[in-house]
Amino acid sequence: MKSLIKYFTFTSELRSDEQSEENILGRRQRIFRPDYKFVRGKDESEIRAEGLNIHIKERHILKDVNLALPDKKITCVIGPSGCGKSTLLKTFNRLIDSVEGIRIEGKVLLNGEDIIGSGQDITRLRRKMGLVSQKPCPLPMSIFENVAYGCRIHGLANKRKLKMVVKHYLEAVGLWEEVCDRLNTPAVRLSIGQQQRLCLARSLAVEPQFILADEATSALDPISSKTIEELFVKLKRNYSIIMVTHTLRQALRIADYVVFMYMGEIIEAGDAQQVFNDPKHELTKKYLSGAFS
Amino acid sequence: MISLRALKDRTAGGVMFFLTIASLLLVVAMGVGLYFKSSPVLADHSLGELLFSSSWHPMKGEFGFLPFLMGTLWVTGIAVILFLPVALLAAIYLTEYARPAVRKYVFPALDILAGLPSVIYGVWGTLLIIPWISEWLAPHFVEFSTGYTALAGGVVLGVMILPLMVSLFIELFTSVPSELRDASTSLGATRWQTVKRVVLRKSVTGILAAVVLAVSRAFGETIAVLMVCGNLPEVPRSIFNACYPLPALIANNYGEMLSFPQYEAALMFAAMILFVVILLFNLISRIILYRMEKRFA
Repeated sequence: MKSLIKYFTFTSELRSDEQSEENILGRRQRIFRPDYKFVRGKDESEIRAEGLNIHIKERHILKDVNLALPDKKITCVIGPSGCGKSTLLKTFNRLIDSVEGIRIEGKVLLNGEDIIGSGQDITRLRRKMGLVSQKPCPLPMSIFENVAYGCRIHGLANKRKLKMVVKHYLEAVGLWEEVCDRLNTPAVRLSIGQQQRLCLARSLAVEPQFILADEATSALDPISSKTIEELFVKLKRNYSIIMVTHTLRQALRIADYVVFMYMGEIIEAGDAQQVFNDPKHELTKKYLSGAFS
Repeated sequence: MISLRALKDRTAGGVMFFLTIASLLLVVAMGVGLYFKSSPVLADHSLGELLFSSSWHPMKGEFGFLPFLMGTLWVTGIAVILFLPVALLAAIYLTEYARPAVRKYVFPALDILAGLPSVIYGVWGTLLIIPWISEWLAPHFVEFSTGYTALAGGVVLGVMILPLMVSLFIELFTSVPSELRDASTSLGATRWQTVKRVVLRKSVTGILAAVVLAVSRAFGETIAVLMVCGNLPEVPRSIFNACYPLPALIANNYGEMLSFPQYEAALMFAAMILFVVILLFNLISRIILYRMEKRFA
């Protein structure tokens, strides 16, 4: 009981100081999934792509992609439409598998472990990769059940613990105050911005290591997108965030690391400061100056 | 001054409105016609007696429709209970699990099955299901059965409505947005978990509507059922008893019995019961659907 009270007091808001952030991570592991450990590879970065080639039927979508994404940072993948940004993102959680006629070559290393091989437990992999999609996509159930969904499918049935998890993550995305009195209403009744935050809470509730955001703010109004951006900045203490974005200004605001793609190739990747201020490649310069989009 | 184009537009609208109303009125006319035709038997017997008596002796003027009502319910019930799960699982397999190549061949096959004349299903039932029940299945449960049973009727009917249900379910499941599936699987759910918790949940109202459609079809199915269910005017006590659904009663006797006005009126009454039952069934399910949609949306 004591620990419960302690829990509720400490989760009252997502605090910005380092200490309580770590606390949240520690507590999270205790609420749900005590066996969870990040298995870290020798390299610092936890997602690496090596010689990644993807064909869909006859089309060559990703061409020899070599990447190493930094840990606990916001990585923005930018580039014109159809350059393979979303495909890259979907490869990381293997959602790409459901595409008809797909052929993947090369390696994607997650914590030093190749995730492309067929021997992978895909459900375990996907759980490490929280996905926030372009259009918020609440499941056809109540607000509470949406957040509890991931925990339930991974075997958490204890009502009290579920309540704790749901409260915790709704607070983490700043939604608790707004919805605490109507947790049992269908999630689709929330506003679009709220739905997107709900989807983020839902992804966080399964304890991912990464957050993959596919143009997560493009369907939102400016205020809601700002909220989401701020959330990402807070969350990067505990998660590695990889976001695809169409808005250069957004990338400027929040990116720590930038990957510029064009026609399925990585043209340039590096620290945000460097890429934005001193792009090495001619194409990057042109794209940043708005010569094409 | 009205232009010619506008005039044409107005006329077309009017004509279409008239045709729509006319076809709706046809349904009303049918109901009214059936009521007048069956009035002789309604004049002599109370509604309760007609619906809840099980003594069927037309020559003595006793018309109890309970055996036929129960026959219809039994056969339809057996069909739905046995084949609804099959249809659901088949549709889930085809939409969620099967490779596109499998779908390419199975979808047209389903349409062919749905289009087969019912008499073929009847013959198939007589040749295959009847002997199977009488020789293999029934001896495990009862001493003797001819095979012409409510179970046979249910199985044949179920096989008939199966393709209809599967196509409707496939339609439903493919209309569930793939983003929902992605959202679920990206949380680490397996395909089966996604189906159970997201796809089925999203389409629950649609499933109900599909079942209503299939049941309405099953209620009215005549020939195939008539060929296999034994046609004894008794309330069946088990699935191994013969039964006599309403449409079979009408089809078997209408035409022969026109010389007995009371009998003819009784058959008309049977038709009216069928008419009203299907109407009510559809109406009630609509109301339930409406309520459910309001709750979920």
